Amino acid sequence: MGKKQTGTGPLSRRPDNSAFKQQRLPAWSPSLTAQTVLPTFYILSLVCLLLGIWLLITVKNTYELKVDYTNAGTCERCFNLRKHAIDSRTACTCSVSFYVPETFPGDVFFYYGLRNFHQNLRRYMDSRDDAQMVGRKNNLKAPSSYCSPFDYYADGIPIAPCGAVANSMFNDSLTVMYNPTDVLEIQVPLYRKGIAWYTDKNVKFRNPPTNNTFTLQQAFEGTTRPLYWQRPVYELDDTDSNNNGFINDDLIVWMREAAFPNFKKLYGVLNRAQGPFTEGLPAGNYTLSINYNFPVEPFRGRKELVISMVTWFGGQNYFLPIAYLVTSGLILVTAVVLTTVYVKVGKKGKNMEE
Amino acid sequence: MFRKRPPPEEERRVRANDREYNEKFQYASNCIMTSKYNIITFLPVNLFEQFQEVANTYFLFLLILQLIPQISSLSWFTTIVPLVLVLSITAVKDATDDYFRHKSDNQVNNRQSQVLIGGILQKEKWMNVRVGDIIKLENKQFVAADLLLLSSSEPHGLCYIETAELDGETNMKVRQSLSVTSELGDPNNLAQFDGEVVCEPPNNKLDRFCGTLYWKDCKYSLSNQNMLLRGCVLRNTESCYGLVIFAGPDTKLMQNSGRTKFKRTSIDRLMNTLVLWIFGFLVCMGVILAIGDAIWEKEVGALFQSFLPWDPPVDNFLFSAFLSFWSYVIILNTVVPISLYVSVEVIRLGHSYFINWDRRMFCSCSNTAAEARTTTLNEELGQVEYIFSDKTGTLTQNIMTFNKCSINGHTYGEVMNILGAQQKRVQPLDFSAWNPLADRDFCFYDQSLLEAVMVGEPAVHEFFRVLSLCHTVMSEEKSEGELLYKAQSPDEGALVTAARNFGFVFRSRTPGTVTTQELGKAVTYTLLAILDFNNIRKRMSVIVRNPEGRIRLYCKGADTVLFERLHSCNHELMNITSDHLNEYAGDGLRTLAVAYRDLSEEQWEEWSERFRGADKATDCRDDRLAAAYEEIEQDMMLLGATAIEDKLQEGVPETIAILSLANIKIWVLTGDKQETAVNIGYSCKMLTDDMTEIFIVNGHTVQSVREELRKARERMLESTRTRDGGKEAEAQGWGGACAFGNGCGGGGAANWMPDESKCPPPKAPPPSLLESISGEFALIISGHSLAHALEADMEREFLETACACRAVICCRVTPLQKALVVELVKRHKKAVTLAIGDGANDVSMIKTAHIGVGISGQEGIQAVLASDYSFSQFRFLQRLLLVHGRWSYLRMCRFLCYFFYKNFAFTMVHFWFGFFCGFSAQTVYDQYFITLYNIVYTSLPVLAMGIFDQDVPEQRSLEYPKLYEPGQLNLLFNKREFFICIAQGIYTSVVLFFIPYGVLSHATQSNGVPLADYQTFAVTTATALVIVVSVQIALDTGYWTAINHFFIWGSLGTYFTILFVMHSSILFNIFPKQFHFLGSAHNTLGQPVVWLTIALATVICIAPVLAFRFLKLDLKPQLSDTVRYTQLVLQKKRKPGGRAGRGVGGAGVASGSTLGRLGRGGSRRSGYAFAHQEGFGELITSGKNMRLSSLALATFASRHSSSWIDTLRRKKHANSTSAQNTLPTGEDSTASSQAPPLSTSSSAAGEAEQPSNELVLTHSPDDIALSVIRCSEREVGKCSTATVQEAPFVWKGTGARISGTNSPGPPPIAEETSSGE
Repeated sequence: MGKKQTGTGPLSRRPDNSAFKQQRLPAWSPSLTAQTVLPTFYILSLVCLLLGIWLLITVKNTYELKVDYTNAGTCERCFNLRKHAIDSRTACTCSVSFYVPETFPGDVFFYYGLRNFHQNLRRYMDSRDDAQMVGRKNNLKAPSSYCSPFDYYADGIPIAPCGAVANSMFNDSLTVMYNPTDVLEIQVPLYRKGIAWYTDKNVKFRNPPTNNTFTLQQAFEGTTRPLYWQRPVYELDDTDSNNNGFINDDLIVWMREAAFPNFKKLYGVLNRAQGPFTEGLPAGNYTLSINYNFPVEPFRGRKELVISMVTWFGGQNYFLPIAYLVTSGLILVTAVVLTTVYVKVGKKGKNMEE
Repeated sequence: MFRKRPPPEEERRVRANDREYNEKFQYASNCIMTSKYNIITFLPVNLFEQFQEVANTYFLFLLILQLIPQISSLSWFTTIVPLVLVLSITAVKDATDDYFRHKSDNQVNNRQSQVLIGGILQKEKWMNVRVGDIIKLENKQFVAADLLLLSSSEPHGLCYIETAELDGETNMKVRQSLSVTSELGDPNNLAQFDGEVVCEPPNNKLDRFCGTLYWKDCKYSLSNQNMLLRGCVLRNTESCYGLVIFAGPDTKLMQNSGRTKFKRTSIDRLMNTLVLWIFGFLVCMGVILAIGDAIWEKEVGALFQSFLPWDPPVDNFLFSAFLSFWSYVIILNTVVPISLYVSVEVIRLGHSYFINWDRRMFCSCSNTAAEARTTTLNEELGQVEYIFSDKTGTLTQNIMTFNKCSINGHTYGEVMNILGAQQKRVQPLDFSAWNPLADRDFCFYDQSLLEAVMVGEPAVHEFFRVLSLCHTVMSEEKSEGELLYKAQSPDEGALVTAARNFGFVFRSRTPGTVTTQELGKAVTYTLLAILDFNNIRKRMSVIVRNPEGRIRLYCKGADTVLFERLHSCNHELMNITSDHLNEYAGDGLRTLAVAYRDLSEEQWEEWSERFRGADKATDCRDDRLAAAYEEIEQDMMLLGATAIEDKLQEGVPETIAILSLANIKIWVLTGDKQETAVNIGYSCKMLTDDMTEIFIVNGHTVQSVREELRKARERMLESTRTRDGGKEAEAQGWGGACAFGNGCGGGGAANWMPDESKCPPPKAPPPSLLESISGEFALIISGHSLAHALEADMEREFLETACACRAVICCRVTPLQKALVVELVKRHKKAVTLAIGDGANDVSMIKTAHIGVGISGQEGIQAVLASDYSFSQFRFLQRLLLVHGRWSYLRMCRFLCYFFYKNFAFTMVHFWFGFFCGFSAQTVYDQYFITLYNIVYTSLPVLAMGIFDQDVPEQRSLEYPKLYEPGQLNLLFNKREFFICIAQGIYTSVVLFFIPYGVLSHATQSNGVPLADYQTFAVTTATALVIVVSVQIALDTGYWTAINHFFIWGSLGTYFTILFVMHSSILFNIFPKQFHFLGSAHNTLGQPVVWLTIALATVICIAPVLAFRFLKLDLKPQLSDTVRYTQLVLQKKRKPGGRAGRGVGGAGVASGSTLGRLGRGGSRRSGYAFAHQEGFGELITSGKNMRLSSLALATFASRHSSSWIDTLRRKKHANSTSAQNTLPTGEDSTASSQAPPLSTSSSAAGEAEQPSNELVLTHSPDDIALSVIRCSEREVGKCSTATVQEAPFVWKGTGARISGTNSPGPPPIAEETSSGE
């Protein structure tokens, strides 16, 4: 206080005359007037409408197909087999045939979908060790206590990757066969890599350090595979040795937990390099053959194959366009009501002009 | 504080000069301590206090819960970071507060006083003064403790004190030591003094003391007359010695100051209730989710165990549900964010700084700025309904000035400074040129009076002669021509000073003579008798013999009393003079009529004989004396009248007018006498002649008080009934004003009407009759009646009556009564009370009221120390309430609404998610988001709004006092508003959860990767939430300063920055477990579908709010909306804006005219200027108070000497025997016996008009008729003066409303307005 008058004059303690201290800062004081509110509503309504229509058209041209193979076709047997944990090591394959009514043009994505599988439970989500999965040597053999009870075997050998999430990884293998004719059967070629987020694949998940002499298997020495897995983590992909260990795409995809109990995860992308698939997935009959490992019966879940194409907007999703259209309608109604009220009953316009 | 309190004292024994003996009793030392902590106790005590706050304990409890791994659904830091933040901020604030208390304590404790130790006077600090010490006081020093006066430098052990600090009475009081001790004189003798005092234990009764002094085997009884109390100031006495009887906390002052209570605002209390409710809500949510968990675990979770077995301690679904309950309590606790309390404190602190910084509340004369001493009450300033004001020093400056006079039918002094200030500055007369003895500070503006003196008009000379002779002032002439008057009452001093300046200089007196200098010539009058003033007589006279030998009686007194005793030939003059008196009274001046009577030698001889007889009489002396006085004071010749202005503080009437327009009721509680108080009531326009009736409650007994109150109520009801009959006429009369006021819109105009303009409120049958009273009534109640009225069985009655009145004046109240009155209103009315005062006698009231305001810049600081706000002028109150208070309330309410909204929107998303995640207490957001949401992402914009928001510019809130009303009615934040906010918050949470859910659960990125993963969902929802609440705050912010822009945009920016940093690979590489949201921001926010989702959610959240607000604005606009809108319109069309503004100000003009009406004076009141007590006349004639040197004629006075001491003695007895009501006794009998114009409630309406205006005297039951008569009478009678008086006021009123230049407001506002328009 009193910066200017440092002395002891009669006004020495007078507060500064700054706009801030006197609460006179220049300010914009908007207020809701008919001239601003009503046009806003109409414009909003229009914008929503246009967006809604545009999205709707986009979505209309996107196709999606779901094939529930839980106990369909020949999978009934496998389904029943997987009810019992004793038989978990027994291999079981089955197939389900389905029909694609229209050609899926362009890139086609294959997902596996699970229903009623709760990846979003708090303890489930916590049951993982990101430090281990980033390949840190110390953490590899000392899994976090959060992973419990999937951190150590009873004999004290650490599990890699530890935790309930990794342990419950989806381990069906799916093969789709295209049947252009009754006899011909072409395997639909899929890219099984490059299906995870870039950051996940390159930053978040890394293998323990290896070199030419020191193999991945050696790197994982002293750890063991999760309880429910058939193979150790370094042998997840027998076709590509670079897709093993923590950086296995399927593992990464699985480790990205779904927010809701019904979800789908990317399984593969159609390889359009050759054959009838250069233009996309042709219409016709298909057979899905499954290496049926993942038990869903205990938790009353379902499994499905989802085939979908995407646009700039993503896959088929009617919710958004419809929500936009409904919102647009409601706003329009509100705007009309407001206008009516303003013109007919409102007091403001009349009294205040004076 | 640390010591155990000793058992209550039965009696106090104090032996002088014997510290050892006195120490046995462990009496409190003179050290006062108001601070709470010291360095060592601070941390534990403060933490203990803080954890007494329910909220803090609750958060501590949560913190403990979070440490249990099975329950912990959130990391520990989400709670501990805010908790530590809150605790430390509060602790720092408490520490600073206490530091200042320490400082002020130290300042008081370290004051120096002179203590007699071992026969030598030693300087000692106040705190080291002990009970039993003898201390020496010098003139103008504060008394350090409660002392027994032993001796003084004045003769006979007399001692003058000013008790304004203590009880607010401004006139000087005289105290006398026992004669045995007064002879002790010098320090050596006093050091030998070893008397022992036995007296009552410490109490808070200011006017009573009883004890006994044992000395030299004799017993002397002691009374209040021998005591000097702490807080008094020694005046006109060179020095005195006193024995400390009570020290420090035992002194009457401290006993009276009441306990410091921690004040809470009603919003605080509401907030606590709401927090409890929210807590209940939280438990309900927890229970619902726990039940959900039980079901889920039983139905699904049990089957899912192969993938996720239950935690070790969990063996069944019920236990799991139990844990889930606590987990959810932790997650959902953010509905009661701990940052709420801190934010509220920060906002209040900001508001306090604005008060401190306000230049328009800075008083340049005393160089003091307003100060918010408490930072926790600001928003309550916007809700005040009752103001309790002290009079002296608060409303008035306690300066009396001789303002006008009427001499021989001619009025002088009319060229008043009110007018002069506006037209041309009239120079005050310069007296010093011809009168070397003139007082330089004296101002008078009317040249004609001086001329009349020069010309030598005999009446004028005689007039001033009376003033120079008829008084009890003592003069002191330090050097030649340098006169110093010691007046017992300031108004008497003013009169003598006036005479002095007009050439009739009172120079000195002895017991038998008065020496004056009349127009340069020294004249000595022989003082034959002083017929002293008392409350019954309301007049005083002197009988003097002039040098020529003629004997004359000079008399001054209340006009009512004096006029009855005039010679019949004065009739015509009397009428003229009483007209003048009416004018003066109408201006709120204190008047005295002045008269003389020639006495022949025989008359005098005869009378003095009788007088001596009466004087010597042992029984009924007072009555006999009065009869004797009455006898001689007859057939007097009227000279004229004086008018003294009890100078109001600047802007008091305007402030009161504006405050009452804002529906604030103002009660004046004063220790002063009824007449003085009533007078001030008139001059500050609290009481007006337009009032329907003024009730005076002056009863002595319970019955009479009850009766008077009952009568008052009956009269009110009666007049309401009659008024209802004449409603239409009345309404039409005001129709003009209403129509005029239409400029501000229908709603606004309607708001203007009730109360002020007497248009009956629109609601048809009122629930209680008393509430519907439409007339304007005033209640005046005196202290002793109040004592009865405040008793438990009558307080409701009193309150109802008082609250139906527009103005209430309580006079002669003790400090404690002040507090009781405040307490009463506080307890029964559920209204916010504000007490304002300047003296120590106001401390208890200041502490009791919700808000205490101290007037600073005066001598005493006790009131300021006890207050919550302090400034140096009463008029700043309007700014404090109408601008700062209003804004604070508004801001706080908006803040709270938004705050609850945003936290519900934030937290309830977890609830909905619970149904999708198996009730596992999984959070929707990243834990860092949860930690930072309240303290970083959303705190600053709402803080900025809470600190800077303005709905209407400050000058508008002074122009439209009705804008204050929402605060009083608690409209902006109450339970209803709270539920609306909560509902909005819950709605938002629903939208924020289900829209992303609907979209994301199916959506994929454009590269085919599903978007339904948890992290994407978390980021989307969090972003949508931050955006929605930012848009909402943008909507709520009504005043976008650069700071608001910075905070709102800055918060959004911060959110995105922190989001990207948290999700960056750098942090992940360091702490992979903690920052596992790696890449989510990048992956999610790059998707158009995510943005479409966020946009949709925002629109759905905000559009309904917008629609509702618009509807509300359109259908039910508040006054503030209207004002704001007008402002907007004005800004748009700049040129014609000025005219439009005037149109809008119409309402203001209308009310301005109401003010104008107030300014009109009409009735005659006995606003006579006597503020002192009797006793001085006797003191003078006895010569006891004269210095020995000046007592040349000491023998002359010998015959009186015994008698006055007798009187004093008798008074002492009366004091000790009758209860505490001794002081006002005289006055009571006034009321009952003499029936002065304002004394009885039943006939007050008629008598307000009073004797001279005979034609109105009819007790007309029909008020309309009455007012008509009144009007016409006024027009005929003194239309000219009335309008003259009225004009400036109207000008001020309307001026303020039109241009925004208010008298207290300096030019800057005006500039702003004009640039704004």
